[in-house]
Amino acid sequence: MLRFILSRLLSSAPTIFIVMTLSFFMIRLAPGGPFNLERPLQPEVMANLNAVYHLDQPVWKQYIFYLWNVLHGDFGPSFVYKDYTVSELILQALPYSLVLGAWALLIAVFGGIALGVYAALRQNSWADYLLMGISALGNTVPNFVIGPVLTLIFAVSLAWLPTGSWGNGDFRHLVLPIIVLSLPQLAVFARLTRGSMIEALRADHVRTARAYGLPARSVVGVHALRAGLMPVISYLGPVAASVLTGSIIVEQMFSLPGVGRYFVLGALNRDYTLVMGTVVLISVFIVVLNLIVDIIYAFVDPRIRHD
Amino acid sequence: MTDIVSSAPAPLKGRSPAAMALARLARNRAATVSIGVLVIVSLICFLGPFFNPHNYATVYQSYVSVPPSLSAYPADDTLQAVMQATVERGRAKLDSFSVSGKSYTATISSEKEIDPRIIRYFDRPDEFDGAVIKETSADKLSATVEGHVNREYFLLGTDRNGRDMLARIMVGGQISLMVGILATIVALVIGVTYGAISGYLGGRVDNIMMRFVEIMYSLPFIFFVIMLVVFFGRHIALIFIGIGAINWLDMARIVRGQTLSLKRREFVGAATAMGLSDWAIIRRHIIPNTIGPVVVFVTLLVPQVILLESFLSFLGLGVQEPMTSWGFLISEGASAIQASPWLLLYPSIFFVVTLMALNYLGDGLRDAFDPRDR
Amino acid sequence: MTYRISSRKVGKIFATTALAALLSSTAFAETVIRRGNGGEPQTLDQAKISIDIEGFIVRDLFEGLTVYDANGKVAPGVAESWTISDDGTVYTFKLRDNAKWSDGSPVVAGDFVYSMTRVLDPATAAGYATILYPIKGAEAFNTSKGQADALGLKAVDDKTLEITLERATPYFLQLMTHYTAIPVNKANIEKFGADFTKPGNLVSNGAYELTEYVANDHITAVKNPDYWDAANVKIDKVIYNPSEDQAAVARAFEAGELDVAYNFQADQRDFLTKKLGEDQVQASPALATYYYAFDTRKPPFDDVRVRKALSIAVDRDFLSEKVYGGTQLPSYTFVPPGMEGYTSPTPADVDKDQLDREDEAKELLKEAGYGEGGKPLKIDIRYNTNENHKKVAVAVADMWKALGAEVTIQNLDVKSHYAYLQEGGSFDVARAGWSADYADPENFLNLLVSTNKAFNYGHYSNPKFDELMKASYEEKDQAKRMAILAEAEALVLNEYPVTPFMNNANLWLVSRKVKGFSQNAVNEHLTKYLSIE
Repeated sequence: MLRFILSRLLSSAPTIFIVMTLSFFMIRLAPGGPFNLERPLQPEVMANLNAVYHLDQPVWKQYIFYLWNVLHGDFGPSFVYKDYTVSELILQALPYSLVLGAWALLIAVFGGIALGVYAALRQNSWADYLLMGISALGNTVPNFVIGPVLTLIFAVSLAWLPTGSWGNGDFRHLVLPIIVLSLPQLAVFARLTRGSMIEALRADHVRTARAYGLPARSVVGVHALRAGLMPVISYLGPVAASVLTGSIIVEQMFSLPGVGRYFVLGALNRDYTLVMGTVVLISVFIVVLNLIVDIIYAFVDPRIRHD
Repeated sequence: MTDIVSSAPAPLKGRSPAAMALARLARNRAATVSIGVLVIVSLICFLGPFFNPHNYATVYQSYVSVPPSLSAYPADDTLQAVMQATVERGRAKLDSFSVSGKSYTATISSEKEIDPRIIRYFDRPDEFDGAVIKETSADKLSATVEGHVNREYFLLGTDRNGRDMLARIMVGGQISLMVGILATIVALVIGVTYGAISGYLGGRVDNIMMRFVEIMYSLPFIFFVIMLVVFFGRHIALIFIGIGAINWLDMARIVRGQTLSLKRREFVGAATAMGLSDWAIIRRHIIPNTIGPVVVFVTLLVPQVILLESFLSFLGLGVQEPMTSWGFLISEGASAIQASPWLLLYPSIFFVVTLMALNYLGDGLRDAFDPRDR
Repeated sequence: MTYRISSRKVGKIFATTALAALLSSTAFAETVIRRGNGGEPQTLDQAKISIDIEGFIVRDLFEGLTVYDANGKVAPGVAESWTISDDGTVYTFKLRDNAKWSDGSPVVAGDFVYSMTRVLDPATAAGYATILYPIKGAEAFNTSKGQADALGLKAVDDKTLEITLERATPYFLQLMTHYTAIPVNKANIEKFGADFTKPGNLVSNGAYELTEYVANDHITAVKNPDYWDAANVKIDKVIYNPSEDQAAVARAFEAGELDVAYNFQADQRDFLTKKLGEDQVQASPALATYYYAFDTRKPPFDDVRVRKALSIAVDRDFLSEKVYGGTQLPSYTFVPPGMEGYTSPTPADVDKDQLDREDEAKELLKEAGYGEGGKPLKIDIRYNTNENHKKVAVAVADMWKALGAEVTIQNLDVKSHYAYLQEGGSFDVARAGWSADYADPENFLNLLVSTNKAFNYGHYSNPKFDELMKASYEEKDQAKRMAILAEAEALVLNEYPVTPFMNNANLWLVSRKVKGFSQNAVNEHLTKYLSIE
């Protein structure tokens, strides 16, 4: 197992390198640069800006320059948020996204699994239909609809909660964003769990265990849940990466200082260095979380060996 | 688990045991109701436009953002004001105005001689039509004008350009249903095949294939879309490619996870012992057994795909005005929830009802095709 | 097992957030104003800022030689008085004795010399350096053709600043209110380098000083006790909310979480007015024009008749009232109204009824050989993705279709749209907009000079127009200069290289509690003029 983890960590370096290289050239192929503004700049001024940010150099030189700096831990200045370096921007915003994302993920995973197991044990009962109906609703109604509706009800009309902003971490500020972030994922986990639990409950060894009169709880807990969790775990890696790195929709809607907006705004602003920063961030998250998922596989289903 | 060998080659188009599965499906009430709902929604979207008097692109300047109503527009009490403004545009004065049924009578006067061409002004607003000068006074300073009142029904209201929402929801549904189905199929086919191969072969191949997935996850999607637009223009097929290209990744990981555990099971060993080729085993034993999570995941993917399409439009890829889609209508509506809730409500109802039906149908299909459940 | 680990994590996160909740509930007794800023500033460095939402904050923190007063008129700032030489090329500013930085040191003439030199230094790469080009030697220095010591900036003594211009620039006092003319503290920049704008580092000379900055969450500034006019500053603390989501901002305002908020969704004006009351929903005309440009390089748009037909067929009243809820005013001239001493020429057809204009448009197209019975007229409208721009494009397309044209619409994200235009890409009709950097018609008309490649998207080229613009720079008499500019605009209004649709408005939500907020075209509302009841 240790060898497996080490080899995966080793192979993650080329993964991230390839991602960086592809992204670097891809974003420069897109039309428009960071200094093409709605109010155009005079050509002389544009030339000054390009010189300061080395954009007047050939792309391959810029690439080498960038790699060299990254190897020294320098992700460069943001081209748009000019007072900040990319590292500052991302490291400032990331903790907020992590706290929100961790809450949302915990609620989604545990809530989703609990609901899914409950529905599976009562397959085709009214409770099953109802729960799955609600979860389908959670997955189909987009967050940019749920968010404003909840805000209008709980913040504007009832005035129980604030409409947004971090509020120094006051939990009342975080209730609505966490709900909006977790709801769609909770729905996904509930449905995935239900589906695979139903299959797992029919599997021979579970039937056997039941037939031997083992108490239902231990059958579900030990035998069925194990197999039933496989798809949930597979899905967990990418979902955790995306939930923990924030969502621009939720951040804008509740004016929260997370890192999610940089993925979109960086690209729309052609803030080359910031885009590269977000690319590195997401690839690190993906690589690490997928590794964790693959390790969990082996624990949940001992038949899976990592060779 | 005895009849595994004979199970369907691909999950969604069962062949030999298909009849059995369909029979099982027919017994599932939630699933059959869902099929009915999906058929009705499709009929509304694809055939509805032939029965709706309004075109999705027609702008009614007089009826911008009017709320849904079962009675016709214009309401009689607003006509006076419209006529007043109309006559003033023609630089005349409205002396009297009356409406009876579908026609109106107006008497006007002016300080100068009334030019008969003034009736153009009367036909200008969407409310009125077919104006004729019935009578002109001897001094030509006043006249009586008669014409029709246009009665328009906007059952679901109009959008903020004054276009019929019902027509837009129907045409938007055509796009969204098509995108939802085609892009999901793209993601499904690539994801299932890729994931099953990766998981089954395992080892170094799996390692490389999964690293590729991670690379794809990490690439900045927005640039990918912008490049598609730049290099290939804005063809509708690009929507499916653009969406399919990222959405197969989750699918691949889920199928691979299932495969890792499936391939250690007895029946795969048995199949190997019987000398089946790798591809045959993947096709006949691995893929059918992943159908549970795959079907669930497909039902989750469709709404995401439909909403993603509206984001592509934002970047210039995909449907362009005056064409529209449900995702587009919903995001437009969401920006004016309080002022004009119908812009959000009705597209959302169509969207949610369709996807709920798809969910129940998905569950039904899963149960019906489950190889362990025969 | 998984659960136990996670429960500890939950506990930890919850403990931190709960603790923060306790700390944040401590009340303070000062007067606080919460301003919806309309967006996150990209920088607080005056040399690099480019948009109003950055200006709102920077102008509370810093003060230039001249400032805009509550009514948007130029008023003395750090300079208490000034004299202008007879030929209009030398400005001598007398600085206030009691003008101080927030570290207590005096604001001196040398600070302005340093700041403007820094803006013009090509190594600073200031986006708006062009604003200072009227200063002698500025353009040469900024384009690396001249030296800093040749600049017309001179500190005669600590309290006297002498600025020499290339040529008389009647709007120079307006320019001195611009961000680029705001002073920065030399010692401060030398000490912290690029980090000088961060809270705790920043030394400023305005009514407020920066205390907190959490990107995308809040920016806090408190009253600067060293400010020369501190006695008249009524609000102790400003909290800027940088949210750019206009719907969310309106909700926050409705919930009483903001006192003043910049920008709301234009088409929601009626709704908001009904809900919040007319006095809290404000729209005032801005010095800005919303227009479409024609690509004059290629047929059919090289034909004045086609351009004119398309221009006069657009029902501006409909765009203004129905698409923009009355928050933008119909416009037929390129230069917006409200420029001191300037009146745009009246375009020929402006008084005609829309129906007659449409008839004329059809005639013109027929003459040019298009429309019914003629060659097909195909028009592609390009716009940058935005809900309102989309509605305008749909409405305009509908009006042009009524002339018999085939109209398609395409949108691109804002960068792709403008990069395409600025790099000289070929198009039919493209959306654009301009808002004044300073209140002078030159700022608008300059966009259509044939040598102005970056701005003149449609590549309009008329030697007569160029000549008039050139003459306007040489004319010293203000009234005559305005007459020349009006003559130049008349050319534009006859030849339709662009078709103006509307003048934008500045949209604000202002709570009843807030006093001293008055509407003005330059859209400046310094916190120091405001108070809260």
